[in-house]
Amino acid sequence: MTLERLTHLERLEAESIHIMREVAAEAEKPVMLYSVGKDSAVMLHVAKKAFYPAPPPFPLLHVDTTWKFQAMYELRDRSAREAGMELLVHQNPEAKERGINPFDHGPLHTDMWKTEGLKQALTEYGFDAAFGGARRDEEKSRAKERVFSFRTANHRWDPKSQRPELWKLYNARKAKGESMRVFPLSNWTELDIWQYIHLENIEIVPLYLSAKRPTVERDGLILMVDDDRFRFEDGEEVVERSIRFRTLGCYPLTGAVESEAATLPEVIQEMLLTTTSEREGRAIDHDQAASMEKKKQEGYF
Amino acid sequence: MTGSDVIYKTDDLIAEDIDAYLDQHQHKSLLRFITCGSVDDGKSTLIGRLLYDSKMIFEDQLAALEADSKQVGTQGQDIDFALLVDGLAAEREQGITIDVAYRFFATEKRKFIVADTPGHEQYTRNMVTGASTADLAVILIDARKGVLIQTRRHSYLAHLLGIRNIVLAVNKMDLVDYEQGTFDDIVSDYRDFADEIGIEKFVAIPLSGLKGDNIAAPGDAMRWYDGPVLLDHLENVGIDYDRLRNQPFRMAVQWVNRPDLDFRGFAGMIASGRIAPGDAVRVLPSGKMSSVERIVTMNGDLDQAVAGQSVTLTLADEIDCSRGDVIAAADAPPEVADQFEATLVWMSDEPMLPGRPYAMKIGSSNCRATVTDEKYQVNVNTMEKAPGKTLGLNGIAVCNISTDKPVPFTAYDENPDLGGFILIDRITNATVGAGMIHFALRRSQNIHWQAVDVTREAHAELKGQQARLLWFTGLSGSGKSTIANLVEKKLHAAGRHTFLLDGDNVRHGLNRDLGFTDADRVENIRRVGEVAKLMTDAGLIVMTAFISPFRSERRMIRNMLPKGDFVEVFVDTPLEVAEERDVKGLYKKARAGELKNFTGIDSPYEEPDNAEIRVNTVEMSAEEAADYIIAQLFGEG
Repeated sequence: MTLERLTHLERLEAESIHIMREVAAEAEKPVMLYSVGKDSAVMLHVAKKAFYPAPPPFPLLHVDTTWKFQAMYELRDRSAREAGMELLVHQNPEAKERGINPFDHGPLHTDMWKTEGLKQALTEYGFDAAFGGARRDEEKSRAKERVFSFRTANHRWDPKSQRPELWKLYNARKAKGESMRVFPLSNWTELDIWQYIHLENIEIVPLYLSAKRPTVERDGLILMVDDDRFRFEDGEEVVERSIRFRTLGCYPLTGAVESEAATLPEVIQEMLLTTTSEREGRAIDHDQAASMEKKKQEGYF
Repeated sequence: MTGSDVIYKTDDLIAEDIDAYLDQHQHKSLLRFITCGSVDDGKSTLIGRLLYDSKMIFEDQLAALEADSKQVGTQGQDIDFALLVDGLAAEREQGITIDVAYRFFATEKRKFIVADTPGHEQYTRNMVTGASTADLAVILIDARKGVLIQTRRHSYLAHLLGIRNIVLAVNKMDLVDYEQGTFDDIVSDYRDFADEIGIEKFVAIPLSGLKGDNIAAPGDAMRWYDGPVLLDHLENVGIDYDRLRNQPFRMAVQWVNRPDLDFRGFAGMIASGRIAPGDAVRVLPSGKMSSVERIVTMNGDLDQAVAGQSVTLTLADEIDCSRGDVIAAADAPPEVADQFEATLVWMSDEPMLPGRPYAMKIGSSNCRATVTDEKYQVNVNTMEKAPGKTLGLNGIAVCNISTDKPVPFTAYDENPDLGGFILIDRITNATVGAGMIHFALRRSQNIHWQAVDVTREAHAELKGQQARLLWFTGLSGSGKSTIANLVEKKLHAAGRHTFLLDGDNVRHGLNRDLGFTDADRVENIRRVGEVAKLMTDAGLIVMTAFISPFRSERRMIRNMLPKGDFVEVFVDTPLEVAEERDVKGLYKKARAGELKNFTGIDSPYEEPDNAEIRVNTVEMSAEEAADYIIAQLFGEG
């Protein structure tokens, strides 16, 4: 009886499952950050596998900005229900009160809803471990990120206090008040994510596939008019375009690409033949180099 | 077929037949490797070249790279590939790299994860971290410089971490006019060194990271070289799971999955071997036997699983099994021990101190460990051995390590997942050390705990009693033996099943090979403890009377028994009273200097802090003391 060698995807899946089980066993109160994007979809799917036939022994947390695409909210609620998991939605009350929005407040929007909102939620619920879907291939500064990333009681990331990770041994010990972010998909690449979604038939937000959608072109970005809160600038008109999204965030900040790729293989084909890296579509990354690192130190993810 | 052909073909496939490409990508295997060398060796350039040649660089990144190359690069107007792999902003500003970075690329056959470990002071710690998950190490040598001290250091560490595939990449061949003689000399030098430290085989490749020779495609200038180019070798070399899957089945239990009363699954990643429903297994350290009922996954039950897969097993019998246990093939279980010899690598500014307790993680087991003995340190540059008492940052030493409970393990060489461990500072929670087990120190290493059907409870129940160990401790002449003897007589008369383990008697038989050195005294007590434990397992009420002056020894015995079974009886007699009694005339001899290390005179007696029972022989007669002990033991009246 011979078995074929495990494929790289099987090994990645096994590693992610191993990481999730370690956290479930060693953290006091874990939570899975769920952004409804494709990485979140894969992370949730792997979590279901890790603990099957039980549901994953932690809740999902969506740090909501109230400005996500409608299709994301729909999938979010259905996915949590189907997984048999509790869904916690946190909206920063201060941002809500002050009416912080992507049109008027620029970077403050992300900072308050997302960065502050996440810290609030983690502190409020007392979570000591939070799964995130970040990958090491996403950005240069992430290549060195640990799988278990430690945060001080103030949620700050100190590069000097990160622990060496040897073999499959993760040190999950921490003092009271400290927490960790855990990235079970660290070693996956964007192609791996897509391939896995395709193979495992994982439901993703339809916006990743091309369709005719109402759009506006602004500052070189194609924006989708997702609801009636969209603010038009002078001379702007809604144009139907065949578009899809490579990443999903707040709809007024997320640029679409024009595309005819309406199936997953077509999307993967376009991705592989494309000549620009993934994060270009996100307005927040057009800062100086190492912007992600700065955001990380502040507790962005 | 050369590497570059492969890449272009893959590109065509993406455009022409994406389904075929996806099918190909899906079946790729994974190779993890580490690159060792400093910036001067062209390591970053080599990695940048691998990413570039396998089309892992996008146009926007390339544009940024070209701009950066002109601004801060070292290659004039050419692309400086090294800039692709630099890291955190803080490091970039300081011009140093302090960590391990992971990079990804793929070819037609494989996906690769590269651990990139930069040099400088933290080198050992970083390289050991990166090497711990690698199937292969690329050791870079600058063709102009040959085998250097750092080459030896890198090779030693790769070998220490058990990497079986070593590639000697002789880089910068373009700067030595691609001369075969230079390459051959370096390989010959390296072979001598490799033999010396036990590296059995390696593959040497002459290349130029800068020009791309022998990376993805053969270099025209080195037609004399007929071996594989680097990418070809990386694509075809064997990976460690190929070896592990042929070993006996072992899996550390990470998580017990218990959604309801009807399902109890044991989840973990298979460390070695393969498993199928019906296979007989043994749970370590308990030794309980069962067989696998199902291999449960969300996509349906499996009919077998192999090393590297994360699975959930159900067993045919309801036996105790929890996180930290190892489920293993019944006929080839791993060893279980609490003392090991291991190589320790220190990773903290705070030095390792023998005797200090650290938290230890091995497999999925957490315990407490102390270094009991540092045998020697290894100089990572010269491989010389030197004695040492502590171990500083980046130090490497062979040590004896003792744990507070028995743990299942394998030698690191056999399986890193069950033979590698980390040590954690219990106050800062930092990971301070990493270790690789050589072997267990006890001779019992190949004897497995045999689970028995008639339990210790059953033995005791038949005798109508609860097993106990009454551990009498006190000064010489305090009255331990007299009182213990009286207690036994009274219990015996009451129909209890008892046994008094007498120190002198034990020394005539079981312990006749032991003398009176400190080490022998400790061993004497340990053996008495083991025998007493067996007797309590048989359901007996056991009494022992030994001075046992040290808390640590008494605690050792206490920890050997189930909670509540160890009853410490402190026979409290002041030194002056005991000395005045001097039944055996020993105090007189000790005072005269004829007896050394006599407890109470020139060796301390550590009084128990929390003895279960304390009798004061000044206030009570021996008879009263015995009655008091029995009353305490079985409740008043």
